[in-house]
Amino acid sequence: MSRLRLWLLAVGGAGLAALLAAACLELPGFGGSRHPYGDRAVHASLSRHTANTIASVNFDQRAYDTLGEMSILFAAVLGCVVLLREARDEHRARPEPTDVARPVRRYALLVLPVALVTGLYVIAHGQLSPGGGFQGGVVAATALHLLYLGADYHALERVRPLGVYETTDALAVSSYLALGAAGVLAGTAFLANTLLPYGTFNTLSSGGAVPLLNAAVGMEVASAVVVLLAHFLDQAVEIEEEPGRGTP
Amino acid sequence: MSDALTVVVLLLVAGSATATVAQRDPARQALVLSFLGVLLAALFTVFQAPDVGLSQLAVGSVLTPLLIMLSVRKVRRRARSEEGTE
Repeated sequence: MSRLRLWLLAVGGAGLAALLAAACLELPGFGGSRHPYGDRAVHASLSRHTANTIASVNFDQRAYDTLGEMSILFAAVLGCVVLLREARDEHRARPEPTDVARPVRRYALLVLPVALVTGLYVIAHGQLSPGGGFQGGVVAATALHLLYLGADYHALERVRPLGVYETTDALAVSSYLALGAAGVLAGTAFLANTLLPYGTFNTLSSGGAVPLLNAAVGMEVASAVVVLLAHFLDQAVEIEEEPGRGTP
Repeated sequence: MSDALTVVVLLLVAGSATATVAQRDPARQALVLSFLGVLLAALFTVFQAPDVGLSQLAVGSVLTPLLIMLSVRKVRRRARSEEGTE
């Protein structure tokens, strides 16, 4: 039985290795300045007035892939919320406020607004400069948690009404779908970037639907990360098992 | 010049990745992992992929270590409370 398994593994591995080797032989050289796909992507992105070609690939040429990635994050966070919920044999114990070392407090409260604005900036300029909804969303969401370092968990809970973030998460995913469906209703195709004017090159409103889809992803990622961290923090700080009923 | 930079960053990434694997305590491992995340972000930037670098900086050096440390805290707290009840 185990020999059969080994053979199966060997055949599968050899096939994968052969296919990978064949694919690698056809790759363009490493570190070259030209690439057939790159040239086409840059051309398409410039013709739609999107300064950041990566944003054009993510939210225009391959907007459908981004929808998939967004759904993966949404489903993953949903799964974590279900797994980390407060179970029947657990209760919440409010953590005692503790003293925070003064340099830590000062640093956290100083960096928090800077990090938050940086995150929002990266989201807003996704179609112009490196970054975008995903990167900026993670930065903005983690920046909020500096409040936990600088003050305590109670302070963080007060600026983080969880229901609002959960709703925003779902709304952002729906708005991405709605923006895609708008193309179908207008008679072109799902997520086709043909509805909105392309605007002036290298301005915030350029790129047609790219800034809108980017903003939807930014909202989704920021609220998804906040919800995810909230449930991890609840488990690490607040939720306790009932004494005597712990798992054996 | 840029070749030398690439080699230096690659060596740094290899070194810190080895240090991450060699570290046995999960909480410390999370800290070394976050350092590795910063170096990987530098590597992606040297390879002219600043978008991926930013993702790596946000997820690899902040979010993942934070989730690991929170999980470690939960597990340790649980072990401590079980010791207390027995």
